[in-house]
Amino acid sequence: MTATTERPADSTKEIGKDRRRKEDQRLITGRTRWTDNIVLPGMLHVAMVRSPFAHATITNIDKSVAEAATNVVTVITGADVAEEQGGLPNAWPITPDQIAPVHSPIAVDRVVFAGEIVAVIVARSAAEARDAAELVDVDYDVLPAALDLKEAAEDKVLAHPDLGTNKSAYWTFDSAQAGTGGNVEEAITKARTDGIVIEREYRQQRLIPAFMEPRSTVVDPTGEQITMWSATQIPHILKFLLAAVTGVSEAKIRVIAPDVGGGFGGKLQTTPEEFITFLLARRLGKPVKYTETRSESLMAAHHGRDQWQKLTLAADKDGKVTGLKVDLLADMGSHISLVGGGVPVLGAFMFNAIYKFPAYQFNCQTVLTNKTWTDAYRGAGRPEATFGIERLMDELAAELGVDPFVVREKNWITAEEFPFTTVAGLEYDSGNYEAATARAKELFGYDELRAEQMARRASGDPVQLGIGVSTFTEMCGLAPSRVLGSLDYGAGGWEHASVRMLPTGKVEVLTGVSGHGQGHETAFSQIAADRLGVAFEDVEILHGDTMVSHKGLDTYGSRSLVVGGEAIVKAADKVIEKAKPIAAHLLEASVDDIEFEAGRFSVRGTDQGLAIAEIALATFAAHNLPDGVEPSLDSDATFDPVNFNYPHGTHLCAMEVDTETGQVTMRKYAACDDIGNIINPLIVEGQLHGGLVQGIAQALWEEAVYDDAGTLVSGSFVDYLLPTAADTINFDLDHTTSPATTNTLGTKGVGEAGTIASTPAVVNAIVDAVRHLGINDIQMPCTPERVWNAIQGVHKGGATEAAAMPHFDPAEPGQDSTEGSAQ
Amino acid sequence: MIPAAFDYLAPTSVEEAVAALTQFGDDAKILAGGQSLLPVLRMRLNAPEVIIDLGRIEALRGIREDGDAIVIGAMTPHSVVGKDPLVAEHAALISEAVVHLADVQIRHRGTFGGALAHADPAGDLGAPVLALGAEFVIAGPSGTRSVHADDFFVDLFETAIGEDEILTEIRVPKHTGWGAHYAKFVRVAHQWPIVAIAATVRVEGGTIAEARVGMTNMGSTPLRARSVEEALTGQPPTDEAVRVAAAMAADGTTPPSDLNGDSSYRKHLATVMTRRAVLAAAGA
Repeated sequence: MTATTERPADSTKEIGKDRRRKEDQRLITGRTRWTDNIVLPGMLHVAMVRSPFAHATITNIDKSVAEAATNVVTVITGADVAEEQGGLPNAWPITPDQIAPVHSPIAVDRVVFAGEIVAVIVARSAAEARDAAELVDVDYDVLPAALDLKEAAEDKVLAHPDLGTNKSAYWTFDSAQAGTGGNVEEAITKARTDGIVIEREYRQQRLIPAFMEPRSTVVDPTGEQITMWSATQIPHILKFLLAAVTGVSEAKIRVIAPDVGGGFGGKLQTTPEEFITFLLARRLGKPVKYTETRSESLMAAHHGRDQWQKLTLAADKDGKVTGLKVDLLADMGSHISLVGGGVPVLGAFMFNAIYKFPAYQFNCQTVLTNKTWTDAYRGAGRPEATFGIERLMDELAAELGVDPFVVREKNWITAEEFPFTTVAGLEYDSGNYEAATARAKELFGYDELRAEQMARRASGDPVQLGIGVSTFTEMCGLAPSRVLGSLDYGAGGWEHASVRMLPTGKVEVLTGVSGHGQGHETAFSQIAADRLGVAFEDVEILHGDTMVSHKGLDTYGSRSLVVGGEAIVKAADKVIEKAKPIAAHLLEASVDDIEFEAGRFSVRGTDQGLAIAEIALATFAAHNLPDGVEPSLDSDATFDPVNFNYPHGTHLCAMEVDTETGQVTMRKYAACDDIGNIINPLIVEGQLHGGLVQGIAQALWEEAVYDDAGTLVSGSFVDYLLPTAADTINFDLDHTTSPATTNTLGTKGVGEAGTIASTPAVVNAIVDAVRHLGINDIQMPCTPERVWNAIQGVHKGGATEAAAMPHFDPAEPGQDSTEGSAQ
Repeated sequence: MIPAAFDYLAPTSVEEAVAALTQFGDDAKILAGGQSLLPVLRMRLNAPEVIIDLGRIEALRGIREDGDAIVIGAMTPHSVVGKDPLVAEHAALISEAVVHLADVQIRHRGTFGGALAHADPAGDLGAPVLALGAEFVIAGPSGTRSVHADDFFVDLFETAIGEDEILTEIRVPKHTGWGAHYAKFVRVAHQWPIVAIAATVRVEGGTIAEARVGMTNMGSTPLRARSVEEALTGQPPTDEAVRVAAAMAADGTTPPSDLNGDSSYRKHLATVMTRRAVLAAAGA
């Protein structure tokens, strides 16, 4: 568990190699099968009519003109299918009395967010469907909308008047009650008299996952099974839920997630569009396709984050934390979606982070509003928690007038204390915060940058420098089915794999996880190649089709490697065990004398042996097998870990703040992550780079903003600011290695780590740059305007002014009939 | 994102294009690169019946020298303008602005004249051509006419180009030897500027002999900061002197408020960016 810069390079092993990704040629060139590429004979196309209003009663829908339009096959409203369309599932009712409105795929008599589907067009071409969608005449009676999260929590305006409240569920954890720690109120009371109390309220703004490939669905009902192709992260869960909701036999449904272009949690969902196309295909007996536009994706695919966090941290005068109390408001949007309410709950176990807090309480109120529903977005609950606590630890350090690392070191779990049971009740298996921190500071040039910061402050430089610290950990690798069950989650967390030994010695590996850009085919090939002693190129990873990979729980929560990868190991080990008696028979030796190494079965103490490919061929021929041995090496395994998985790392960010304009510029970013053993360092770097940028983007750029009417103002990429490579800098990254003890590979998840870690590092750095001007918080995204206003002492209450830039005004110069209506 | 159906015409001469415009009137839209028009069509914010694509009119492409002016064909892509040595030598302010316009893809597809005719006040080209006092050559049914930059930008998305007219070229008076800088304030590189300042100055014997300052996204059209220009004239290119002049940049302007900043913040930015642009242009 020491900091290492060099990775041991065993050239005979695939694990640890910087393998270029197998899948990239087809993904990058686009010569592959995305859902929207799929064209079936007789396929019909679907377009949606969506509500422009956040909350309204549908008083009439006139579809006659649309129905009469060229090549329109049918037009369907919610009322037309009210009895058969079913409701979208919520797989995680976080409390027994959770209130959740019925979630109809097509609104029937009332719309509850701007973007909700009110009618569906089926036509012979996508263009004709789109044209006809413009011809549906919907009459609405607009109702008051519940938009602001805090106001909605007070039930001032009801998002669903029939429910009588906007409050969906109240979920709490208290360490005194749970027996995992002390009483937080006592700790706070004591700190108010003889210690330090830090009280802050932080905003987690609403974000949009903004995956590259829009969601798309093709349903073919013409075979014995109904086949759905969907740009989803969760083909197996989708298959199960399609069956559960529609009553169609699960055995009659096949779901395929072909190559999928990103998800970030945004495709961890069963969508209205999936249920609608499934229904239409069955009704019409013909294949149907629906692909959302980017505008529809931004407006109606689920959003993420959106919390207010009220935090109270109690500490003694030396900076030793004595208690933490968290009160969250979490905006669910219009419905409680698949995992919806569970997202903030995933943060409940992470506010105590890497620290030994003696007392802890977490209270969360989930709230319904008339905005797009929220659900998982990269990190799901854990970035929010990490942001809260890492901001607070910097505030505590500022209060004490000490370096942020001083308070962290005073409170963190030391390397000798692992495994450690936290105040939230989790057992962290391994880690070394000291080593990661030492390496990160070295990479960063911590002392030099601190000296520069002091010099700039002393000289009154208009460009000030700030340093932000984030010593994060997270729980991932979802997983332990028992724990998920204890949290009322609707499924397990195991993962499945099969290894098929082909007669030619090639290997097919079936995995139940469903990659959508992660590089599974490469990393899993490396694992299988090492385990079976075959060439990397000889391994084929098959996934994402429930007919091929028949069993699985898909990809989210940084689980694919730590759960799915381990299932592959276990299946491969079974192959070897099945091959041993055959090898012994062919080698005329005792099974006990057979050794397996580097793809070769040999007789101990001799030079006699057979390659695994030879055994595979002999097994296929089955001419000469021992009595009673089945002629197959193929093996399955299902792995359910006993614990989550706890990557951690120390992230350091230096931000320059131009005090004349409020402009913020990243100067340096260094991080040392501990994700246990690494299968493919190149893929890890990619995950970290992308993850970091996504977290940085929350700090600086991204925000889904609604206006007073509940219209999404940031409804295009003009106003929803995504960064590109031009907006980022080179990151200085390294790793320490504390192998996980809960899987044999010793791996920890990395998919969400960068996103979880980076947001507070950036905001801490910005605040640090201007703290001497009397500033202790700037709301995210830290726009130049907000930073400048803070410097001017103007606190505008935080809300982003809701106006879009007018670049898409339809009025072209002198040439348009709507001229004059510009602006 | 499928546009409503439209007819597509691709004339090969300006005369043909003007004839088509005359025929279809306000049922037609001109496609001149399409970097603003196509999103509008795809989002169905507009549904013209006819699209007249100028992409096949060779005469509208290219950059040449003509006496005291550099002449930029309206259909010349930004990427070509940005690399052109004549523009760099005689109208450096344009080079400065165009190389950071939007992103690489848009710079290859979008055209110089198309962007100016679109007249988005946040577009990067209006302020530089205004500052340089360019002439806009416009062709119509009765021949061509020339409009000075001061009269070209009428309002948000509105210019002096008539319904049956086409912008053919932009004649930029040579500013050989002038220092130039386009100071663009953005949050991410590819976005429209929140505010940008186009400054070009002629420094002679240690003082600013002449200055031209254009402003992007400070109103419904690109603006020229004449009071700043006057105040700079005869001043040394020092931080103190330029600061005083730049403080007037936002006087009388009514910039927009949006997600990136409100009007008063933009006014503040204009003064800071003006100072920086002028100092950089003067090589200070």
